[in-house]
Amino acid sequence: MISIQNLNKVYEPNLIALAEISLEIKSGEIFALLGPNGAGKTTLISTICGLTRQTSGFIKVSGFDTIKNYKKTRSLIGLVPQEFPLENYESVIETVKFTRGLFGKNPDADYIEKILKSLKLWEKRNTPIIALSGGMKRRVLIAKALSHKPKILFLDEPTSGVDVQLRKEMWDLIIDLRKGGVTVILTTHYIKEAEIIADRVGILNRGKLLLVEEKKGLIKRFGKKVVSVELREKLNSIPKKLSKEKVSLSEDKNSIFFEVSNSDNKMSISNTLKIIAETGLSIKDIHTSESSLEDIFLEIIADEERH
Amino acid sequence: MARAFRTIMQSILAPVVSTSLYFIVFGAAIGSKISQLDGVPYGAFIIPGLMMLSVMTTSVNYAAFGIYLPKYTGSIYEIMSAPISAFEVIIGYVGAAATKSILISFLILLTATAFVSFEIQHPLWMLILLIITGTTFSLFGFIIGLWASNWEKLQLIPLIVITPLVFLGGSFYSTSMLPVFWQTITKLNPIFYIINGFRWSFFGSSDVAIHISLFCMITFLLLCITVVSIIFKTGYKIRD
Repeated sequence: MISIQNLNKVYEPNLIALAEISLEIKSGEIFALLGPNGAGKTTLISTICGLTRQTSGFIKVSGFDTIKNYKKTRSLIGLVPQEFPLENYESVIETVKFTRGLFGKNPDADYIEKILKSLKLWEKRNTPIIALSGGMKRRVLIAKALSHKPKILFLDEPTSGVDVQLRKEMWDLIIDLRKGGVTVILTTHYIKEAEIIADRVGILNRGKLLLVEEKKGLIKRFGKKVVSVELREKLNSIPKKLSKEKVSLSEDKNSIFFEVSNSDNKMSISNTLKIIAETGLSIKDIHTSESSLEDIFLEIIADEERH
Repeated sequence: MARAFRTIMQSILAPVVSTSLYFIVFGAAIGSKISQLDGVPYGAFIIPGLMMLSVMTTSVNYAAFGIYLPKYTGSIYEIMSAPISAFEVIIGYVGAAATKSILISFLILLTATAFVSFEIQHPLWMLILLIITGTTFSLFGFIIGLWASNWEKLQLIPLIVITPLVFLGGSFYSTSMLPVFWQTITKLNPIFYIINGFRWSFFGSSDVAIHISLFCMITFLLLCITVVSIIFKTGYKIRD
């Protein structure tokens, strides 16, 4: 659906915003771009949508070049920006109609009504934008982006500044859009969001795409399980027999813990527990916790920073 | 244009009131002291000047504000990400500003008929020159709106350059009324040639030959088109 080859964006005098980005986004997937502030997420989206000019490289949308065939590619895309760039004194319905008109579509009152109702904006259709809450403005931006029935929807930080209820509704909406065949690309700081709704994730840092992977595969590959074994008696030091197992002693000396990767945790856990039992330690309880996508993200970014 | 229709009172009433005031002050009060200028009654003489004053200032302000506001609010993103060409964007913004300013100048013409009687000798030329001027100054306003990085800059050129040049370009007087030195200074003002060209379309005579006026108008128009083309080619202040 979207094919990016060796994309570079350099701002004068020498600020590299995007460096040799190559990426394929499949039709009908939810793709999350993760990265810290200034990583280049918005620049990448803006370049695909035509708001920013690439310094070099190619972007194709449905096989069409975004520069040579910009009319064709832009007609396939809907964009929900990060901020609230709206005309404050326009009414909700007028601003949505205006966007549809920009895409050369005939006014379709039924479709506009359908969008506004699905985003719970119908009651507010004649309200000026300035009178809306932040959450409602976000929905207006989504309504505008959907007004021309795009095949691809870009959402730049879609749930920043929205409450828990609206966030959940946004996720449901994104999942519904995907079911309707829309490819969704979102950027987010809220890693949990990617963990819940994305099919694949891409991690950007300092303009470089560090990795692109299936979310499940990523968690399996980089994820770790921490096993904490609570003991009946305090322990002064790790028994010699456990020294090879990378086991650590907790600060309160009441428990020992060890990490195993998600890819081979079953064997490792049972082996280590077996050795603990052999040392004669009396186990009170066992707790496990799995690393989240956020932990993996932070680890990958930290690793990149170290290099 | 939608905004113009939403603010119809401001768009229609304001020019009607200001034109009436100009006629009361210049036409009745001052005009009674001046019998005729180049064979034209003073009240009628100022009509082309009033129309030009309006079309120039309105088109500059409307086009500058029209593009600056979405740039300021960030809503320009949807124009720039829509499947429309740079030419279509210019047609939209410049066309709206020019249309509004031309409609207002016709409103002024209509209001003038309530105060003085006059005849337009070259109505087709009047319309052509009005369209050229409205388009040129809308393009100029569009450039100002793109260039301006704050509200002060947005107002700077219309207030300290355009308005004084229009007032000093013979909107309300003939250069023959000025001392020789000021006649020479006035001839350095490009707007003087535009106003006089327009006045020619009304009365068949003016301070400048029509072909010189037409040359000035077309040169300024081409200059503005060139600058706007460069802006869109380079993405100046529009695309990073």
